[in-house]
Amino acid sequence: MLKKILSYVGEYKKTAILCPLSILGEVVMEVLIPYVMASIINNGIRKDNVGHVAIMGIIMVVMALVSLAFGALAGRFGAVASVGFAKNLRKALFEKVQAFSFSNVDKFSSASLTTRLTTDVNNVQMAFMMFIRTAVRAPMMLIFALFMAITTNAKLSLVFVVAIPVLAAIIFMIMSKAHPRFKAMLTLYDNMNGRVQENLIGIRTVKAFVREDYEKKRFVESTEAVRAAQVNAEKLVILTMPFMQLCMYASIISILFFGGHIIVDGDMLTGDLTQFITYVTQILMSLMMLSFMLMMFVISRASLQRIYEVLTEEVDIVSPENAITEVKNGSVSFKNVSFSYFKDMNNLALEKINLNIESGETIGVIGGTGSSKTTLVQLIPRLYDATEGQVLVGGRDVREYDIEALRGNVAMVLQKNVLFTGTIKENLKWGNADATDEEIIEACKQACAHDFITSFPNGYNQNLGQGGVNVSGGQKQRLCIARALLKKPKILILDDSTSAVDTATDASIRKAFRENLGDVTTFIIAQRISSVQEADRIIVMDDGKISDIGTHKELLETSEIYREVYDSQQKGGDADAS
Amino acid sequence: MPPKKNMVPVQKPKDIKGIIKRIFSYMYGFKIQFFLVVAGVILSAVAGIAGNALLTPLVNNIEEACKSGEWDKKSFVGILLVMAAIYAAGAMAGFLYQRMMMKISTTTLMRIRNDLFNKMESLPVKFFDKRTHGELMSLYTNDTDTIREMLSNSIANFISSAITIVGVFALMIAYSWILTIIVIVMLFIIVGVIGAIGSRSSKGFIAQQTAIGKANGYIEELIGGQKVVKVFCHEEIANAEFDKLNNELCDAATKAHTFANILMPIMNNLSYLHYAATAIVGGIMSVSGFGGMNIGKLISYLQFTRQFAQPITQVSQQLNAVLTALAGAERIFAVIDEEPEADEGYVTLVNAVRGADGTLAEADKKTGLWAWKHPHKADGTVTYTEVRGHVEFDDVVFGYEPEKIVLNGISLYADAGQKIAFVGSTGAGKTTITNLINRFYDVPDGKIRYDGININKIKKSDLRRSQSIVLQDTHLFTGTVMENIRYGKLDATDEEVYAAAKLANAHGFITHLEKGYDTMLTADGANLSQGQRQLLAIARAAIADPPVLILDEATSSIDTRTEALIEKGMDSLMEGRTVFVIAHRLSTVRNSKAIMVLENGKIIERGSHDALIEQKGKYYQLYTGMFELA
Repeated sequence: MLKKILSYVGEYKKTAILCPLSILGEVVMEVLIPYVMASIINNGIRKDNVGHVAIMGIIMVVMALVSLAFGALAGRFGAVASVGFAKNLRKALFEKVQAFSFSNVDKFSSASLTTRLTTDVNNVQMAFMMFIRTAVRAPMMLIFALFMAITTNAKLSLVFVVAIPVLAAIIFMIMSKAHPRFKAMLTLYDNMNGRVQENLIGIRTVKAFVREDYEKKRFVESTEAVRAAQVNAEKLVILTMPFMQLCMYASIISILFFGGHIIVDGDMLTGDLTQFITYVTQILMSLMMLSFMLMMFVISRASLQRIYEVLTEEVDIVSPENAITEVKNGSVSFKNVSFSYFKDMNNLALEKINLNIESGETIGVIGGTGSSKTTLVQLIPRLYDATEGQVLVGGRDVREYDIEALRGNVAMVLQKNVLFTGTIKENLKWGNADATDEEIIEACKQACAHDFITSFPNGYNQNLGQGGVNVSGGQKQRLCIARALLKKPKILILDDSTSAVDTATDASIRKAFRENLGDVTTFIIAQRISSVQEADRIIVMDDGKISDIGTHKELLETSEIYREVYDSQQKGGDADAS
Repeated sequence: MPPKKNMVPVQKPKDIKGIIKRIFSYMYGFKIQFFLVVAGVILSAVAGIAGNALLTPLVNNIEEACKSGEWDKKSFVGILLVMAAIYAAGAMAGFLYQRMMMKISTTTLMRIRNDLFNKMESLPVKFFDKRTHGELMSLYTNDTDTIREMLSNSIANFISSAITIVGVFALMIAYSWILTIIVIVMLFIIVGVIGAIGSRSSKGFIAQQTAIGKANGYIEELIGGQKVVKVFCHEEIANAEFDKLNNELCDAATKAHTFANILMPIMNNLSYLHYAATAIVGGIMSVSGFGGMNIGKLISYLQFTRQFAQPITQVSQQLNAVLTALAGAERIFAVIDEEPEADEGYVTLVNAVRGADGTLAEADKKTGLWAWKHPHKADGTVTYTEVRGHVEFDDVVFGYEPEKIVLNGISLYADAGQKIAFVGSTGAGKTTITNLINRFYDVPDGKIRYDGININKIKKSDLRRSQSIVLQDTHLFTGTVMENIRYGKLDATDEEVYAAAKLANAHGFITHLEKGYDTMLTADGANLSQGQRQLLAIARAAIADPPVLILDEATSSIDTRTEALIEKGMDSLMEGRTVFVIAHRLSTVRNSKAIMVLENGKIIERGSHDALIEQKGKYYQLYTGMFELA
């Protein structure tokens, strides 16, 4: 997993390697500097040799400058590499998601995909920066400082034999105990935020039922739970610092004690003692740093995992090689098609569908919720692949077409439709980037959108805001229809696309279609009988099967379901007519 | 298409002092603990300095021994013991203050969250219209997180840094004022460097925030509409667009992180330069004995130079984090300071009993009879009016924004127990009318009367308790099916829940769910179909058993066959109640007592279905529009 994700460092590989290399330089300097310091004290000050102090002082200044240069370079390299890595990762994820099929998107849900592209990438970036900056620094510092300590005085270095394992063991114990507690806390934290989110979305429901106090009570419960869990987890983590201090102080005291003896015995010089103390700090600090790095890695592991899942997700719908790029006509046929969202033949959404539709026909689709109307039409532009059987468009299996060519000719207006930030015109141009103003106006007239668009102060250049918040539901649906019409498709599918449009407008849209789109095969999924009753044929869906097919008149006689639906919408009308 | 949402405001709080004061006000009850924290911080900082100061006599002791060959071992061990005691005390104090600070910070944070949520619940619906969910959510996630960071790290760090800086500086002067001149020069350089790099880094971070906002906004929007992108084969354009934003983000982030990263090595090595300078000057002084300098003093002094630099680096590093946290706190407090939903209502809903003479009196237990308790300020009397559900609009003019009128002179009445329907195209003002009945939005006094009482005089919570509403977008909450239905009446028994579910025709599908009524609904009930969710919402409204029922497109996602099936349930639900129905489907409203046809905020027609058909006006057109092409 790590290897795959790290491959996205890409062109920043060189920088990513230069960063630890510069740090190596910095570390060497940092370890040598105390050595020079000791020399200043031992050979300079102690021996009243001002010349030596000056020379060593200048050497130290030079070393500090070199170390500074290395440090600054490492900082720069680290920033460039980690931010660049995040950029590549984000780009790869975004492009991967763009390649996703509907079933891939269903599997992840858009909220979770968004988190993966934002928060998770950010976590990985931070962890990576931390990694390239400390992965070398900490162990190198540990080794160099230890080496210098041993060369200074091997006997005194025995202190580290005790101090390092003790501190490492303590840190390890704390971390391994704290980790599950942190996880528990995060779950509670997510629950709490979920509660807030629900209240934001459902604020009207909360207020309508006067449940403010009830919600407050529940929220207080969850914040209290978060607080308790936080205390539970953090009370362990805050132990690391005091233990680290204890270890450090204990080491310093023992070094001073034993060092004092050694010096008095004449085996060591006073300057070495301060040098040693610097090494203690460096060694134990790098141990702390290592443990932090470990923690960072553990925290980011979940993010890595989630990113990895997206990157390795198999896109199940791609254009075949030698794909057909031209759709001959708008005929559609289903040959023995069964479909399951879970690729499970025991859990079918569509069962053995056989259907032949000629180019230019208008087909109504009607049926209760959950009868798989949407599922049926989604197979035509190959948004999903049939689990069994064949779907043909223009006489060829949809799997033989270039996807872009197929979807360019099969325009679908989705039930859950979306407009994007930008002007009306920009949104409409999704259908055809090269559309002229005349073509746009023409399409909008057919979708009965032209009138309300021109009533906006900025007309076609009116800004829609995110998700098209500045237009009503019915207006949004009509814009979505116009957007699809701009594709000039051979097949047009309207999936309950006029549910928020009033009946009169709905009727005139259909009238415009009939007059202008005579040769376009049109599928109209609707709840209202009125929306489909003038179609050439009407398909009645029931529980994933085609229950009946026929014209309005025929179905009224043959289909019980159709008649029931008709009656449920008709009652008053009949009474009125009589 | 440049996304415009998610622009993170510039991370600089306006009133720093006020915000800090306010954050501290949340630490009530922790006064003693907080002083103990401060004391602990001081103690642990002092211990660090004092421990180092003891190096001087220790080294001198050893030096003495080397020179004279006579070792005063007793004082050597004595100094070490004192040192050990100081260090131990320091570590102990460090542990204790951290422990206490953790308690304070987690509790403070909880209080802020609770306050924020409590406020949020009491804000008018209008407030939520103006803000995106993301914007409000980030108060709970990002902003509280930064405050937590600040409370648990920065405060103690700042205090300890300040103590260390002051303490070390004082000792430095005491040891040698000459060497301290170098310190002061150094200090100027350090402040200059921090100023230069810090301001560039914070500028960089602000630019990064903006870039992140843009990129994340684009991600959120495009992935939210991924299926539309697929249908229109818009992938390549989206990729190109995103590339641009991604590169901008990369540039800004690189700048920000570069400056943040190089601060540390620069500060660190500046302190080495300082060390070298001090060593040279101090060495000369020590050799010449100038200024009472000796080797022990010099060694301690050199340690001080290291100790001096560290807290300055720390403070400079955390300054940005603190400013961000304060800016976050400012945003949170801004919401907490919002005006809550105003409610001067004093007419309340009470249980009532009818006396022998037909007058009503208040009862202290459930009677099934509800009354409005109306105290009259003028003469101090109290009258009781039976809650019946009579609603009257008198020339109501209303707009969500003053310059955009939505309702333009609406007058209507609904007698208790009547079913009133509103039809009309989208945006005609149907939902707005129901929003006024339950006072989601307020109208001028006296324009709407409820059982003859000016609606603004009725306490909002009591008014809403007397009504149930089923909205088009059904909002279910995380919890079991049972809990969701019970939301309408918290003390409902299981039997009552079953009865309500049966009434809404939801019992059937619920029992088919994996765990029946105990099935957990997650993420706004995503595991149910839209139609099933609406049935649950209807059951939830039914269990509340209110005199007034508002159905705003309540059955729009239920197919007409199912709607016909639940019609009986709906009929019995509506029986004896005043019902306001909004529907696109005219078949849903046909049997209403009166139908109001709305257009552009005006009632253009009203009457029964038959009368309106007879009238051959707009309603007739709408209604026959369904069939005009047949």
